[in-house]
Amino acid sequence: MPRTLQTMPRTPERWPALWVVLLLGLLWPGVANAEPIRLWHAYVVGGEEEATLAALVEEWDGTPVEVLPLAYDSMANKLGAAIPRGEGPHLFIDSHERIGDYRRRKILAPVGHALDPALYQEVALTAVSSDEARWGIPIGLKCVALYRNTALAERAPETLEDFLALTDTLQDGVFALAYEARNPYAHASILHAYGGQMLTEQGQFGFVGPEAEASLALVMRLLDSGAVPRDTDGALVSNLFRSGKSAFAISGPWLAADLGSELAYEVHALPRIAETGAAMQPFVTVEALMLSPHGAEREDVRRLAAHLASASAAQRRQERARTVPARNDVAIPGDDALLRAFAAQAEHAVPMPNVAAMRSVWEPARKAIRKVLAGDTDATAALEEARRRFDDVLRPPPDPRSPAPMLVVLGALLLWGAVVMVRRVGSPDGRRKLRQSKTAYRYVAHAVIAIGILVIAPLTVGAATAFFAGPAGEVRYVGLANFAEILTARGHPLLSSGSFYLVLAVTVLWTVLNVAFHLGIGLTLGLALSRPLMRMKAAYRVALIVPWAVPNYVTALAWKGMFHRQFGAITGFIHTINDVLGTSIEPISWFSRFSTAFAANLATNVWLGFPFMMVVTIGALTAVPKDVLEAAEVDGATRWQRLRRVTLPIIAPTMLPAVTLGAIWTFNMFNVVFLVSGGDPDGTTDILVSEAYRWAFTREAQYGYAAAYAVLIFVMLLITTRVLNRARGGWSGSGRGGEEEA
Amino acid sequence: MKPGPTRVLERVAVHALLLGAVAFALYPVLWVIALALSGTPAPEATALPMPLDPTLSHFESVAGASKTTPDGEVWLFGRQLLNSLVVALATAGVGIGIALPAAYALARFEFFGKASGMAALLMTQMFPAVASAIPLYLILDALSLLNSRTGLVLCYASTSVPFAIFQLRAAFEAIPVELEEAAMVDGATRWQAFTKVVLPVARPTIAVTALFAFMSAYNEFILAATLLDDESMYTLPVMLQRFIGEYDAQWEKFAAGAIMVSVPVMALFYLAQRHLVAGLASGGVKG
Repeated sequence: MPRTLQTMPRTPERWPALWVVLLLGLLWPGVANAEPIRLWHAYVVGGEEEATLAALVEEWDGTPVEVLPLAYDSMANKLGAAIPRGEGPHLFIDSHERIGDYRRRKILAPVGHALDPALYQEVALTAVSSDEARWGIPIGLKCVALYRNTALAERAPETLEDFLALTDTLQDGVFALAYEARNPYAHASILHAYGGQMLTEQGQFGFVGPEAEASLALVMRLLDSGAVPRDTDGALVSNLFRSGKSAFAISGPWLAADLGSELAYEVHALPRIAETGAAMQPFVTVEALMLSPHGAEREDVRRLAAHLASASAAQRRQERARTVPARNDVAIPGDDALLRAFAAQAEHAVPMPNVAAMRSVWEPARKAIRKVLAGDTDATAALEEARRRFDDVLRPPPDPRSPAPMLVVLGALLLWGAVVMVRRVGSPDGRRKLRQSKTAYRYVAHAVIAIGILVIAPLTVGAATAFFAGPAGEVRYVGLANFAEILTARGHPLLSSGSFYLVLAVTVLWTVLNVAFHLGIGLTLGLALSRPLMRMKAAYRVALIVPWAVPNYVTALAWKGMFHRQFGAITGFIHTINDVLGTSIEPISWFSRFSTAFAANLATNVWLGFPFMMVVTIGALTAVPKDVLEAAEVDGATRWQRLRRVTLPIIAPTMLPAVTLGAIWTFNMFNVVFLVSGGDPDGTTDILVSEAYRWAFTREAQYGYAAAYAVLIFVMLLITTRVLNRARGGWSGSGRGGEEEA
Repeated sequence: MKPGPTRVLERVAVHALLLGAVAFALYPVLWVIALALSGTPAPEATALPMPLDPTLSHFESVAGASKTTPDGEVWLFGRQLLNSLVVALATAGVGIGIALPAAYALARFEFFGKASGMAALLMTQMFPAVASAIPLYLILDALSLLNSRTGLVLCYASTSVPFAIFQLRAAFEAIPVELEEAAMVDGATRWQAFTKVVLPVARPTIAVTALFAFMSAYNEFILAATLLDDESMYTLPVMLQRFIGEYDAQWEKFAAGAIMVSVPVMALFYLAQRHLVAGLASGGVKG
């Protein structure tokens, strides 16, 4: 009988001491220094804007400044997480359109006397004002204008309709005008010329009605005539213009930075619309210095802000970073044609509304524009639906409920759990087990603490937020209301787009197909690589593992690029096939139909996931005993029969956990769906987890609602695994041979 | 024994299949490499990823990123690469260190809470982390572990522990108890039996699990971006995302950075790939 464990293992005893040392090491420097000013920005790496800011900060001789560059994507989240806790920056540079959202989250303070209204342009002041106070100090204006390739076009057309005729004078394969036709931000320039707006003064969805429909009709004419390329994003617009494939482009000052001196170009104001006679008016974004509440309390922070927003600073930005100044006491030199053009355009631009509701305009507008331009629906219906979506997102949160029933239920559960535990421990069997447990607990203690604090606690708290709703600062307990809303599809028909059940169906289809392909390909390759006398096994293995090794957010974007209708690699293949075989297959517009968009996502995820399944298969196959196979061969079984009757049944139990976990991970695979199809068309390829993400981060930050989605996802996976367990008769996720009940 | 020609035909077919799979596996990555090497953009629909006007300038500018501080020039890219490697290696180490004893206990002992513990572990894999970023932030704040690589390592390690426990537990269960019993009869304690007898046998699975933990920590962006407030503490994924701005993105540099970020992982894979196969075979994914 083996002796029971005597002494505590040495290694875990060292760890508490390590903790203390770590904590001391972390806290010590913080105690010693006085607090420097923290300045955050999201300028792109290595650009002139960043360099100018660094130069300005270096000239500052007051309290030391710590500048932190962030990735643009993470800026809002970081601010929202840090500032309410008194952490985060004192000053940060951001676009004015986020003012409404930041005010609501209480991470912004009025700038007060740091801004002298007399020194700033009207449009800049409007942009940073809200409720009689100013919430940012403007340091630059950004809007789009019209770029002209002087070699391809002699002058800029007067009206947008003139571009239709321009195509005829250009070479084949050269567009008249490249701009982001499907982007509501870009489309707004045209909409404004028709007298429409994205958001009404009352905060209602403005992109409806005859003006909006007329603006879309014009764009459709431009696309259909081939004057404007389809499916462009900002990068493609830049590329087309840079490579001379488009005579004109609508873009911002950032394009000038990309062009350098390779290309001869000129910038003009945006043309008029002949139909209405009004000029296209783009949105203008005002870059502003913003103060956090704890930054606003410090006088030195305000002085730094004044320094960074001063006239000489604006001058520097103008010269080096080519930023149009927002001040009216900074003159643009007469020979700086580029900046004069942008500055002139900015005077006739519309400041983007800075109210929080504006953020909810983009997604419905984008979907409507895509549908209309793809020819799927008529404009009236699409815009009506967009308005409905907008209203849906901005619907008031559920009424607060009393937490009493929930607390009672929780209390009862805890009591029942306690009673069960006491009964089990109390029994004689239980007491013996308890003694044994003590040894085991010493082994699992660290794991329990680590997972408990850093995994289970956040998940539980996150799940608990599903019972709350309301905008930041006014969150209240609403019981099961979020769940009820999701499960009743918020009053819409159960299978309408965006409804939980539809997304669930798509998610299930997604999971099943992915697992099937992963398994199929993985098994086949694993079997191929496990053949005896197979040469170059190692080389094949390393090559086939590449999809796993490269970060998946990079390769997802690469796949997305390959599926681009006009310039993607798949279209390249089709061209090659057409050339070689003389066929005339049309390039596929991958993201305009559910089936093809889904296939694109599927292809990407299969590519990402088959190496894992392949490796698992290889491993499992090495455990298949050769003698059993040989006996089968001797008995006359064919190759196929040996595979089906001997090999597969033996490796099945080994593969099952990997397949289960793989299925769970696929069910929650966010990156691929978000980055490749982005839910296109019209949100139909979104899976549950990407819908949850949108509710949390895109649609009015409805964290409670998103958390409810997450809980439902979890419940569904739990039910499925339990059901599959029972069906399999005893295999439980908690162990082999079903020795205990999970 | 099969007749000669059929066997050769079969070998050719299998190699063709594998080569096809390799082409499928490498093709998108070739596009990323082509983008990283391209000087002028050429929006053309081509099937072959050939960079027009190849240049190494994107690689140079990403790798050469530096910052002037009062203490002199800091090689930012090198520092961030080091951060990524240190964080990922520490994650693998801490994660495995936490998971090993727990997996052993789950494989060998009976104790209260074992069943619910295993169930809880599986359930942590099912819950999407959409709603847990902010609570995590709060918890780390309470522990004063914000803006530190230690905090990041602890988060990553804790997230990798459940999966590691599954793998390692299965590996331990595949090792016959007799080995430890023999050692204990010879006078070893349980712990010594564990460390000296069981661990060496399970080394391949440990290597594989460590690699998984390394990779998930190495490529993680969201937590790193949210928790780190110091540029010289940034990991590589955070640096990569900075190439994507609000209006424009420097895709060529992004691609170059992504390639450079992947190189250490590929190297590690190559070194460990022998263990990879053996590790998963010795019960790594047995139920």
